[in-house]
Amino acid sequence: MRQLTHLQELEAEAIYIIREVAAECEKPVMLYSIGKDSSVMLHLARKAFYPEKPPFPFLHIDSTWKFKEMIRFRDEIAKKYDLDMLVYSNEEGIKQGINPFDHGSAYTDIMKTQALKQALKKYGFTAAFGGGRRDEEKSRAKERIFSFRNAEQAWDPKNQRPEMWKLYNTKIFQGESIRVFPISNWTEKDIWEYIRQEKIEIVPLYFAAERPVVYRDGNIIMVDDDRMRLRPGEQIQNKMIRFRTLGCYPLTGGVESTAATLDEIIEETLSAVSSERTTRVIDNEAAGSMERRKREGYF
Amino acid sequence: MQSLLKFITCGSVDDGKSTLIGHMLYDAKLIFADQEKALELDSKVGSNDGGIDYSLLLDGLMAEREQGITIDVAYRYFTSDRRSFIVADTPGHEEYTRNMAVGASFADLAVILVDASKGVLVQTRRHSRICALMGIRHVVYAINKMDLVDYDEGTFDDISVEIEKMATEYNFETKYLIPVSATVGDNITKISPRMPWYHGKTLLAYLEEIDVSDKMAQDGFVLPVQRVSRPNREYRGFQGQIAAGEIRTGDEITVLPSGNTSRVKSIYNMMEKTDSAFAGQAVSVELEDEIDVSRGCVLVKGVKPNVGKMFTARILWMDDVKLVEGKNYYLKIGTLTVPAIIMNIKHKIDVNTGAKIKTERLFKNEIAVCDIACSDPVVYDKFSVQKDLGCFILIDRVTNMTSACGVVEHALRREGNLTWHEMDITRELRAKQKGQTPKTIWMTGLSGAGKSTLINELEKRLFAQGKHTMILDGDNVRMGLNKNLGFKEVDRIENIRRVSEVAKLMNDAGLIVLTSFISPFRQDRRSAREVIGNDNFIEVYVSTSLEECEKRDVKGLYKKARSGEIPNFSGISSPYEPPKQPEITIDTAGQTVEESVDYLLKELEKLGC
Repeated sequence: MRQLTHLQELEAEAIYIIREVAAECEKPVMLYSIGKDSSVMLHLARKAFYPEKPPFPFLHIDSTWKFKEMIRFRDEIAKKYDLDMLVYSNEEGIKQGINPFDHGSAYTDIMKTQALKQALKKYGFTAAFGGGRRDEEKSRAKERIFSFRNAEQAWDPKNQRPEMWKLYNTKIFQGESIRVFPISNWTEKDIWEYIRQEKIEIVPLYFAAERPVVYRDGNIIMVDDDRMRLRPGEQIQNKMIRFRTLGCYPLTGGVESTAATLDEIIEETLSAVSSERTTRVIDNEAAGSMERRKREGYF
Repeated sequence: MQSLLKFITCGSVDDGKSTLIGHMLYDAKLIFADQEKALELDSKVGSNDGGIDYSLLLDGLMAEREQGITIDVAYRYFTSDRRSFIVADTPGHEEYTRNMAVGASFADLAVILVDASKGVLVQTRRHSRICALMGIRHVVYAINKMDLVDYDEGTFDDISVEIEKMATEYNFETKYLIPVSATVGDNITKISPRMPWYHGKTLLAYLEEIDVSDKMAQDGFVLPVQRVSRPNREYRGFQGQIAAGEIRTGDEITVLPSGNTSRVKSIYNMMEKTDSAFAGQAVSVELEDEIDVSRGCVLVKGVKPNVGKMFTARILWMDDVKLVEGKNYYLKIGTLTVPAIIMNIKHKIDVNTGAKIKTERLFKNEIAVCDIACSDPVVYDKFSVQKDLGCFILIDRVTNMTSACGVVEHALRREGNLTWHEMDITRELRAKQKGQTPKTIWMTGLSGAGKSTLINELEKRLFAQGKHTMILDGDNVRMGLNKNLGFKEVDRIENIRRVSEVAKLMNDAGLIVLTSFISPFRQDRRSAREVIGNDNFIEVYVSTSLEECEKRDVKGLYKKARSGEIPNFSGISSPYEPPKQPEITIDTAGQTVEESVDYLLKELEKLGC
């Protein structure tokens, strides 16, 4: 009896989930954040339906503060694979000049959480795939693969539907929606190994290169454009850095690294001394901050 | 390439599950430094006297931290030099048994903790039973807190005997017992010097080595179809994950439930066109012939799973709302979702003793054996033979909650091919499905007494309550079913007989029947009562007096009767025999229709209608 390897098993599980949603849910969408997990998700979606194209659109919530390289990458990929790529920004927030320097956690709420809610409502999506993984954060570790949101798009962690075997219950009422996490059971290491095995394209920011940065509150922030505000005494320096996660550039810390190939990145990940989300500034605000934001509708 | 082991930890509250896994991750250096730092910080404000509280690595949700127990399943991922692991840490508290079952349905192996100072508890038995129910075939019993019993070999031996005795019933493929201390770290990743009498493996070593591959895996091929892919005119592929066996291009396959056959034209293993594929792979299969295949169908080769509507299953009830026989659910099995009902609960199972207990209701966290009937044929197999075709969930059609999960024990042969026998769906089941008690409300009284008005208003009120009703009155029956009958005595008797039989059938169908016939003779009403059944028959005597009726004379009939135009008119030229002991008597004189109906409803409620 032939057996699947660990990665093949995770891959088949994810594809099964993606197909279930396509078959059972009325109007699915795949959230596309341009990051490595999204790259893996896109790859899985293409594999799941081949030779058919993924039978749903992709949605990018653009906070307008993403790295320039990310936007370029998104547009290239959408063109290359002929994807139905929707881009949504919270216009109201842009008008009010909401930015990560002045508005702190309100920025995340308005430009990401609210924007996502608005977009899902606008298009009437009933199911949205996300690339969340259970190894990222403690409250994610307990979220089901199919996670239900009420009409206000809030999550009730105490009342999750039991999820048995491969039998996903996708029934919802009008106004409710489902967030689906097909790669829940993958780890950061799995993601990297899969990217290597499948030769998946990712944003070059993941590879070490000399980049202009400032050191701020223990984080390394890249100066991606001239909207970056420097604090008194801060000096822009060129450093060999790379990113373990990607988001809005003023809120995403890089790590000093010389890992410029996948092999080197995997080597570095295996011996990493800190878990991946520590490079995201928002997670450190308060214990349980992720769970609170998720209850409010953050992905 | 490394293989993957999915396992769960379970046991009673405070048995130390989270601590055990936390300690294993910590010892094996499988946690990141920042988590470790957070752990040490957290523990200072925690309860463990400033020592490291390893359970904090796993207890994620805020509500749990506050209550100090694990509510939901937490998944943790780690890789040792020899294997990748996914561990589901499941809640021990009885209230969250369903969450434990979620973890168990996902796992190949269970680590069940037993507190050495307490021995085998109710929860140990419950969890062993649920693991077996959900299809886990390999268990490790970790006898924890050995430090609290001075690492005593005798204590371990006593518990071992008890476990052996308990576990025989569950037929686990492998069973392994290890004495450990999660807090101190004995026999977790290192053999403990404090228990020299133990000659087995450490927990981690055992988990790295055990072979959990499916020895029961059959040769035949099974592919439940998830989705039909039709990107263009040329391609029509059936997508799904192979549940068992192997398939090659050119193989002849059978489509179930239809039984049609065809040959495999092409196979895509995801993006790769291939000549063969095997269990576990996500494929897209094209067939030579244009035969009818849709989601929920199963492609098979060399095996014959059952196709039918009824089977006996073992279920775990997971909903706060109790299970009632006869209620309608959605059943999802494989990739098919169909309406289904629980026909009868054969018995529930005592988690301690395994004893069978007769019951009609099932509450959250209870296990029972029951018969299930689906509205359409489904493809299923015994869970012990084909896992993917042998397990199902039940979804509440009102709340959308996943109310239960279950596994097929055997087919119900008495269904006789694909039709339901009358004996299977009984009058009681139909009534339960409608949530009412079927009765025939038989109104008798003089012409003009108000029967038709009352019955019409009464039906509206019952209907508004969500009741399923049907009116039979003299006129509508005379114009159809009984139009060949006149008014002679023999016809009158036949009229009542037919109406009684129809009312009975409608009661059997679960309906509340309301009739409005003068039915002046006691003998006729008695025979109606006999046909319909004394328990279901409610005689309502509308006792409005002859004077009042004649005064109303809405249809001008009394006038005609008095003048002799109508012969044999009840109350005038023919007797009306008032009931001697009607269930309800109502005089409509001096009452509004609403007051009368209020009174009727109140009386009917007393009679269980």
